[in-house]
Amino acid sequence: MSAPVDAIPSVGAPVKAGAQRKRDADRLALILLLTPFLLWIVLLIVLPHLGIGYLSLREKVGPRVYEFSFANYLEFLNEPIYWNTLLRTAWMSILVTALTLLIGFPIAYYIAKIAGRRSRAALFLLCLVPLWVSDLVRAFGWIMLLRETGIFSAVLQWSGLAAGPVEMLYNDVTVIVGLIYTVVLFMVVPIVSTLDGMDNSLIEAGYNLGGGRLTVLRRIVIPYAMPGIVAGCIIVFMLTAGSYLTPILLGGKNSMWFTEQIYNQFITRYNWEGGSTFGILLLVFTSLVVWLGLRLSGQNLANTVAKR
Amino acid sequence: MTTTRTRILSAGVVTLAMLAGAGSGQAETLRLLTWGTYAPEKVIELFEEKYPDIDVEVTFSNNEEMIAKLRATGGAGYDLAQPSHDRVYAVQLEYGLYKPLDLSKIDTSVYEPKLLEGVKANTTIDGEVYSVPHMWGTSGIMADQSKAPEIDGWDDLCDPQYKGKTSMRLRRTILLGTAFAMGKDPFAAYADLDEYQKILDAVAEKLIACKDIVKAYWQGGDDLAALMLSGEVVASETWDSTAFRIYGENPDIVFVPPATGALAWIDTFSIPAKGEADDAAYKWINFVLQPEIVKLMSASTGSMCAVKGGKALLPDDKRAAYEAAFSDEDVANLKFFANIPPGVEDMEGKTLDKIKAATGG
Repeated sequence: MSAPVDAIPSVGAPVKAGAQRKRDADRLALILLLTPFLLWIVLLIVLPHLGIGYLSLREKVGPRVYEFSFANYLEFLNEPIYWNTLLRTAWMSILVTALTLLIGFPIAYYIAKIAGRRSRAALFLLCLVPLWVSDLVRAFGWIMLLRETGIFSAVLQWSGLAAGPVEMLYNDVTVIVGLIYTVVLFMVVPIVSTLDGMDNSLIEAGYNLGGGRLTVLRRIVIPYAMPGIVAGCIIVFMLTAGSYLTPILLGGKNSMWFTEQIYNQFITRYNWEGGSTFGILLLVFTSLVVWLGLRLSGQNLANTVAKR
Repeated sequence: MTTTRTRILSAGVVTLAMLAGAGSGQAETLRLLTWGTYAPEKVIELFEEKYPDIDVEVTFSNNEEMIAKLRATGGAGYDLAQPSHDRVYAVQLEYGLYKPLDLSKIDTSVYEPKLLEGVKANTTIDGEVYSVPHMWGTSGIMADQSKAPEIDGWDDLCDPQYKGKTSMRLRRTILLGTAFAMGKDPFAAYADLDEYQKILDAVAEKLIACKDIVKAYWQGGDDLAALMLSGEVVASETWDSTAFRIYGENPDIVFVPPATGALAWIDTFSIPAKGEADDAAYKWINFVLQPEIVKLMSASTGSMCAVKGGKALLPDDKRAAYEAAFSDEDVANLKFFANIPPGVEDMEGKTLDKIKAATGG
């Protein structure tokens, strides 16, 4: 390939130099653009995780004496309470993800395909509104609605549907409802953005070729929206499995969340080694679930993130 | 939107200015790490009036988080902390978070001698004293007399007749209280951890069976107050100060020292190992032990200060609540939290996990 360039040096040299300059500029821009991102990734994500990984491999053998060992991981495996909590958290997170998809998809479809141009922005904004209030306040909102002396209970009694006070707090259903409310937006946004890019004529073509509503949905809309669906599911699952406030505040006597275990290890038991181990395990486990989900849905991460 | 943005911006500017101010070292800063009610505005104002060159910065926390914060920095970032007396010894042995106190800089003559000696005995390592007392109080039970008149012991929280109407905090206090109610002495068993594990196992079994009775585990004082005042819960484990506060709003709700003795805690003054304003810290300690300041402080905390005549310095309503709750006999029966030996936190933590995760009930 280089031979022709060498053969006509008088033309080749300036072109080469120009290309070189452009490449340098590109590279500089790339470095400048990438630096904040790299700093962020390395300082706030990679380094802390290395630290946590290191801590998790230390075993306390006496006051201020530590040894390298896998004891913390063995402790996790040998104690059913811990892995049961992890499995429970994962199972409930998957449930929340599935329900969020069921609720979020029609909303997203309506916003992207049915709503008019002006109402679309308004609807999108409405979805964003809950995010303006902190997690904590939203959880307290649910508490005020659902508690025994709360608004729902009072309305039910007033309307005669319930004879006495009804307690709707402190159980798993409440936790799931609260979590869905918190994360549904993160399902809606990616699906809206993929559906936005879909040409309406595809749907019309589907109908013209004799497809029913269900067939069009199943064979055209969903496959097209798949990257958005998968992206939404990953975000929702990760957020749910890692959430702390909602399960703690709305959860009941039996509802242990894995993040609560991590908090307990770090704060009430002064056991940073154990807490770090749990942190690593949560990360590995949720990553595994996501990987499994990608395999099952036939998507890959690059496709999900990059494709519109 | 614009107003919010300006507000955020100005907040940022103020923070920067404060950082710059702290760095320039003109005014000394006393960084206080303490409990939610232990630094009322009024007291800080008076302190800064008396010592204009000291700025007080307050961080509110609780026992566990105080230790976690100090541990993360090896005892830096704060100049005065207020952990409870039983939480100092093991933490100091294990992580070296505090520095020895210079008792000559504290006017110890104002202290109630019994409480001062108690804290000193609890927090002396190699002849060095690490803490002096501040506020003290008890943990026990609070009950709505109109709905649950017969409650007088820790185990009554598990009485089936109050099913769905009791509450507790799933922390070490309830483990210890339940152990006492079962006729055991957990503090004595600290010396023999195998024995203590047996007690914990028995307690866990009891509390797991009790989950059916308990409505919810409360997380903080406000949470508990809402449960009691709404009548959703008629009896709960509590701090006495929370009960006294509620008594002011509903005199049916009283603090009941359990038959086996209320558990007494003393919050201390301890200076973090890398504190940078020891003199200011000593000034603060001496300042808040003055009777007129104690009065302000007790009004805020609802607890008694460990100074002579501390009870007389309680505000009237709190004193009435206290007198309604404690007889002299109850006071004599107080069980002071014993020092937590290394390792016990782990055993207790595991027991608590076991109870929380159990699906009985």
